[in-house]
Amino acid sequence: MSDLSVLYDAPGPRAKTRNILYTVLFVVVMALVVWWVLAIMADKGQLAGEKWLPFVEDSRVWTTFILPGLLNTLKAAALAILIALPFGVLLGVGRLSDHRWVRAPAGAVVEFFRAIPVLLLMLFANQAYAQFSDIDPETRPLFAVVTGLVLYNASVIAEVVRAGVLSLPYGQTDAAKAIGMRKGQTMSYVLLPQAVTVMLPALVSQLVVIVKDTALGGAMLGFPELLSRVQSITANYGANTIAAFTVVALIFVLVNFALTSVAHRLESRARRSRKGTGAVIGEDPGSDVAVPVIPEQPTGDGAAVKKGAD
Amino acid sequence: MFDFLDLERYDLLGAFWVTVQLTVYSAIGSLIWGTVLAAMRVSPVPLMRAFGTAYVNIMRNTPLTVIIVATSLGLWQTLGVTLAGGTFDDIGFRLAVLGFVAYTATFVCESIRSGINTVPVGQAEAARALGLSFTQVLRLIVLPQAFRAVVAPLANVLIALTKNTTVAATIGVSEAALLMKEMVENESQAIFLVFAVFAFGFILLTLPTGLLLGWVSKRVAVKR
Amino acid sequence: MKLRKSGVAAASAVVLALTATACGGGSDSGKNDDKITIGIKFDQPGLGLKTPDGDYTGFDVDVATYVAKELGHDAKDIEWKEAPSAERENLISRGDVDFIVASYSITDERKQKVSFAGPYFLAHQDLLVRADEKGITKAEDLNSRKLCSVTGSTSAQNIKNELAPKAQLQQVGGYSQCLTGLENKAVDALTTDDTILAGYAAQPQHEGKFKLAGLSLSDENYGIGLKKGDTELQGKINKALEKMVEDGAWDKAVKDNFGPANYKNESAPKITETS
Repeated sequence: MSDLSVLYDAPGPRAKTRNILYTVLFVVVMALVVWWVLAIMADKGQLAGEKWLPFVEDSRVWTTFILPGLLNTLKAAALAILIALPFGVLLGVGRLSDHRWVRAPAGAVVEFFRAIPVLLLMLFANQAYAQFSDIDPETRPLFAVVTGLVLYNASVIAEVVRAGVLSLPYGQTDAAKAIGMRKGQTMSYVLLPQAVTVMLPALVSQLVVIVKDTALGGAMLGFPELLSRVQSITANYGANTIAAFTVVALIFVLVNFALTSVAHRLESRARRSRKGTGAVIGEDPGSDVAVPVIPEQPTGDGAAVKKGAD
Repeated sequence: MFDFLDLERYDLLGAFWVTVQLTVYSAIGSLIWGTVLAAMRVSPVPLMRAFGTAYVNIMRNTPLTVIIVATSLGLWQTLGVTLAGGTFDDIGFRLAVLGFVAYTATFVCESIRSGINTVPVGQAEAARALGLSFTQVLRLIVLPQAFRAVVAPLANVLIALTKNTTVAATIGVSEAALLMKEMVENESQAIFLVFAVFAFGFILLTLPTGLLLGWVSKRVAVKR
Repeated sequence: MKLRKSGVAAASAVVLALTATACGGGSDSGKNDDKITIGIKFDQPGLGLKTPDGDYTGFDVDVATYVAKELGHDAKDIEWKEAPSAERENLISRGDVDFIVASYSITDERKQKVSFAGPYFLAHQDLLVRADEKGITKAEDLNSRKLCSVTGSTSAQNIKNELAPKAQLQQVGGYSQCLTGLENKAVDALTTDDTILAGYAAQPQHEGKFKLAGLSLSDENYGIGLKKGDTELQGKINKALEKMVEDGAWDKAVKDNFGPANYKNESAPKITETS
């Protein structure tokens, strides 16, 4: 069921007027809520200029705190996804292996690292690097954060890969066998390339998770990422916590939104270029598709209904 | 070696019990709100679709810490929303659940939406041919089938939620992560072991959940 | 053919990661003798604060600079390193920093892992209240009040376990968030060491808004944390601290950093940490 408009009939004239009425009502209620919030904030002095103006007037807030923080966040996230991706693919393929001695350890690793909070993985990594390596103390928090993110996300990606491969029809494997491909060839030339398209949405949402999770390294490891800069900003500008959190949250939303938009463009291109192969995607509900086929995100025109993806 | 683990001073079980409670309440709330959001995103009313889309895109892209802090700092400390009042502990707990529901529901919503995608078109067409309305189609035909397809993704969401409850420590809910912070502050000589104890606690909570729900997902899957 | 592309991408990713590792690991391991690395807080006004100019100010910073000078390091040779509370012992025992001056109370648990010099300041747990508050004069008054402190901190634990178990305690991620609650009248007092409170009260944005209640709820002897058993450094730092008090630099540092808050500090404590 890819075209969701099959769930209801096309709206008639009465339904259309009702929709307009709903919209007006909703807008009015929203406006009231916003007015109420702003009124209380103004009453309590939270809208005072000295709290918000530093973000507009004082460029040092950006150059000393926010931009370096954002850079650290992006650096950690980029390293983490680049390293986690190959590991994740290896683990995922490992879990699909015919050999028990490959399958079992791969499965154990995946289950283990998925079960521990990422923050704890980072703390362990930090401790381990300090004791058993001579990484420069300046960069150690970055290494610890990236390691924690890689361990966790590689195991999540492994599950995505496994689900993606399992979602392909068995005919693909059979056909590959029939033309004499070995198991490794079947996986790398037939199954994985097709699974990539199924996996893309899940990989994208994982990327967003990674960007957000870098924030875990701030408070306890002293990794100077974006969210932890709130603490420094509020210490300098008179406890303007609400303003600082709002600005930082907006930056996170914008960065992640940009990431998802780019990724969705890539995804739709990948889908288009594979139109001819006729692979059936997302039609196998039996496999445990981790975060399966997410329809294209509408980019603001409100068209939430996905129009025939494949 | 385990001197630091003074169980009279540190209520380890109690802290993990709060973690479990946070998880259970938030899971129930997210399931309901997530289902409503998913229904909104496929509904015939354009406004609802727009709201659902905007909500999911904003909430999913904001760090959970910011959402949880916003419930405390914004809703409570500034706007005075206490969700039926009570002691600080109660308010903090309920606000944390609210924050987790607001955040986790977006993931539930996206899972269910992809579950709806796995239901064959013919099912909905047949239902409409019988004259069922949109809500009836969704409630009686599509969602029951969709849910059976998304048990595994929802299990992943549940595991993530269990671990995410540690963020509640930032607004002072006395769950496992808060106790860990106290122990880190007091027992700095055994910091590594403190981490290990809490990691083990989370493995005990999440591994069985994952295995059990993995088994359930295979049992209930619709064979097509 | 898709796979070949993604294979290449994956391979280049690994290469990138490896080069990044190589760069990070190899950089200046040979330590310059003039340089000294000191751990401080970056986000506590009055004690250790990174300003928008990239400078560092505060009482801890002044003490650290003085001590470093006595040890033969110019102010410009000091490398400041952020020392989050959870990391302090580790930073020292791993040798990431030469010593730590970061509102670091001397306790027996901590002495199992690190040594201290000093103390250089005697702080007390106290309360920051709104300027018009009159009802808080002793610890018992707190039992009916709403308090705020930082999650898991010693001050928060003191309130919960001993001082005022019946008080409502809101624990948050940072002191600034408590101040917002205090401004909005959602809480009645922020509790932690009086030095930190004085630092916030002394900020220009908070002039006339808050005051210290002046209760001494606990004794916190701030020490300078250093590698366990390094008695030579400990002796040198102790000597430097004594000199700082004698030549009046200590009083000046207190006045500079806490002055505007109308804070009545204790006089300089006697050095006790000699092994």
